[in-house]
Amino acid sequence: MASMSRQRGGLDAWAIGAIIVACSYFALWGAANATDSAFAIQMWTALGAFLFGGALLTGVLGRGPALDQSSRYENGVIKAGVVASMFWGIAGFLVGVIIAAQLAFPNVLYFEEWGWTNFGRLRPLHTSAVIFAFGGNVLIATSFYVVQRTCRARLAGGLWPWFVFWGYQLFIVMAGTGYLLGITQGREYAEPPWYTDLWLTLVWVAYLLVFLGTIWKRQEKHIYVANWFYLAFIVTIAMLHIVNNLAAPVSLSGWFSYSLFSGVQDALTQWWYGHNAVGFFLTAGFLGIMYYFIPKQADRPVYSYRLSIIHFWALIFLYIWAGPHHLHYTALPQWAQTLGATFSIMLWMPSWGGMINGLMTLSGAWDKLRTDPVLRMLVVSVAFYGMSTFEGPVMSIRAVNSLSHYTDWTIGHVHSGALGWVGFVSFGALYCLTPWLWRRKGLFSNALVEWHFWLSTIGIVLYITSMWVAGIMQGLMWRAYNEFGFLEYSFVETVEAMNPYYIIRALGGTLFLLGALIMAYNLWRTATGKEPAHVRTADVPAQAVAAE
Amino acid sequence: MWKFHRWFERHSLILVVGILVVVSIGGLVQITPLFFIESTIEEVEGVRPYTPLELAGREVYIREGCYVCHSQMVRPLRDEVERYGHYSLAAESMYDHPFQWGSKRTGPDLARVGGRYSDEWHRAHLENPRSVVPESVMPPYAFLARADVNTALMGNHLRANRFLRVPYSDEQVASAAIDARAQAEPLNAHAYDFEQRYPGAAVRDFDGNPQRVTEMDALIAYLQMLGAGIDFDTYQADAPENTR
Repeated sequence: MASMSRQRGGLDAWAIGAIIVACSYFALWGAANATDSAFAIQMWTALGAFLFGGALLTGVLGRGPALDQSSRYENGVIKAGVVASMFWGIAGFLVGVIIAAQLAFPNVLYFEEWGWTNFGRLRPLHTSAVIFAFGGNVLIATSFYVVQRTCRARLAGGLWPWFVFWGYQLFIVMAGTGYLLGITQGREYAEPPWYTDLWLTLVWVAYLLVFLGTIWKRQEKHIYVANWFYLAFIVTIAMLHIVNNLAAPVSLSGWFSYSLFSGVQDALTQWWYGHNAVGFFLTAGFLGIMYYFIPKQADRPVYSYRLSIIHFWALIFLYIWAGPHHLHYTALPQWAQTLGATFSIMLWMPSWGGMINGLMTLSGAWDKLRTDPVLRMLVVSVAFYGMSTFEGPVMSIRAVNSLSHYTDWTIGHVHSGALGWVGFVSFGALYCLTPWLWRRKGLFSNALVEWHFWLSTIGIVLYITSMWVAGIMQGLMWRAYNEFGFLEYSFVETVEAMNPYYIIRALGGTLFLLGALIMAYNLWRTATGKEPAHVRTADVPAQAVAAE
Repeated sequence: MWKFHRWFERHSLILVVGILVVVSIGGLVQITPLFFIESTIEEVEGVRPYTPLELAGREVYIREGCYVCHSQMVRPLRDEVERYGHYSLAAESMYDHPFQWGSKRTGPDLARVGGRYSDEWHRAHLENPRSVVPESVMPPYAFLARADVNTALMGNHLRANRFLRVPYSDEQVASAAIDARAQAEPLNAHAYDFEQRYPGAAVRDFDGNPQRVTEMDALIAYLQMLGAGIDFDTYQADAPENTR
């Protein structure tokens, strides 16, 4: 097994170098033959990135063969992931605040000459930045951390984890700058164009192989439960991404493409993808975080091993069916709508099974919630998870959905999951990782974590309550009749009625952003602290322990 | 039974295969029948492929992210049918690659906006929404009137659609670039041929600027045909081929 740990300058470097050279060529060809200026800008951006990548690789190789590092965990790429997560998180939250403010103050925040700042272009920038840039970096970083510790083996693949990290950043930059240029597929949460999708596919396969390769090197008999969830996340996202993005480009030197499917089939494929971006990206992956970081931080074993088995298989089996609840009362055949709603309601059970497993892990350690704000953040995230996975099944009932669909209730629901669950569990994991990776005794300031916790919690409460009120009110106004049997409100009257709630929502988002800024400062001070390194005992692969 | 689970926990490939099998079932059962059950798409007259100019307008619609605030799917609920018109049929989006049903109505549904407002209204509204609807929260799109439609690749657009089985004829593909201009220029020499190739499509200067064929022309041409062509007299909701 020891021979599997590679040295710098091996096959991995050659393969990555070949990818960089080939992709640089394609980018140059695309830039030279571009049919529109937006595509040309994208290709020049990509070319610049590949040249940067080539320079990085040469720099690494120039340092000569490194020592055999199989006795240590690969921490560098995870540190980079922590920094990237925090950076993209703040960028994504900031764009969210901006677009929330645009809807609240349309007279102030739209600029006639700058089409790229319009809501329609910034909204995909916000969703992709928080889901894929922030969430994705948190998932990649934590999965690399967890798989090494639970397998007691160094990350597989030599330089490949770094390829995954930088390749993923390139995907984010290409997608994000593309949205500003107006490059989109018009599919929610699958907006990046065909060439960016192909690049992500390549990066994702590398990610899967690094993850699996580390599992193959493991010095533990069993694969730990967190890794099941990470694996389900990686494998299923690959499947969803490939099928949903099948498309015919108009030209190989232009960005626009036509999706393979059309109309009703396209709609169901898209929401099969869309709902499972929630189910596997924002849920399964982050449950992997829950199953490692909560037991670690609480210093207690997972509550129930058997519950985790049921939780895992039931969750991944049921989630994939839930997509059609996004298409209630549409032209999708009713049998498909009914199936979607039925499975969505059943999904409540494994979701709460997981929540119970996470919360009950605190048995005998509940007192720590008083003193450890990081653990409190993790636990509150699981509570939000329980809340939004109850709200979701309720909203998937046809009668409820007829009111809630198309309104801001959906936006509120998404954010109770995104800010409360995904946000808080990520913050908790990053608060844990930073002192662990930079070898500090603890965080720079627990008081600042308290500030972050309370500011964000108040922000979330403002956000979701204002969206509940706005959504339910708008749904009721749309269907209100006057005493003569005519519709009571014109559409624009319902828009006008949203204004105070849009302002409250923007305020809530600002508080959440403020909390994240405090967090970034706290992590920065922790990582750059002057205190001497604090060595955590036994944080080394099994091999190194055996050698001692 | 719990011992049996060891297989998954000790063999990563069995775990991966297990995951793949479990997550494939739902999609296979729900999505694949939609391609084979004929009644999925109703029988109705009046749904035609987009003209080149409308297709260019649709690209603008997608590019600007209109779908994040506007749906194109009227649900069969009393208030929606009264507000927007007949509920949407699957047949109406059968040539839509991709579909644009949307998921949020920050603004109203657009499935049947075609013919509801004048071109002038659309122009004023797109240039500055608050000039005609003071309470609107929509962004301004004045820049569309200053951008020419790129007609050079129109043939490729139609060819890509035909590859995906949208029924464009050879003639339509060959004259796509000409047709894109002709639809917005009633005095164009090819306007008559265009009308022969796309019966029922509107030919007029949509953006009020006869000198140029702009993205404003394209977008308004697209908006003005949404839901307008379909003939509900030929649609029988109770017919056996339409009961779903």
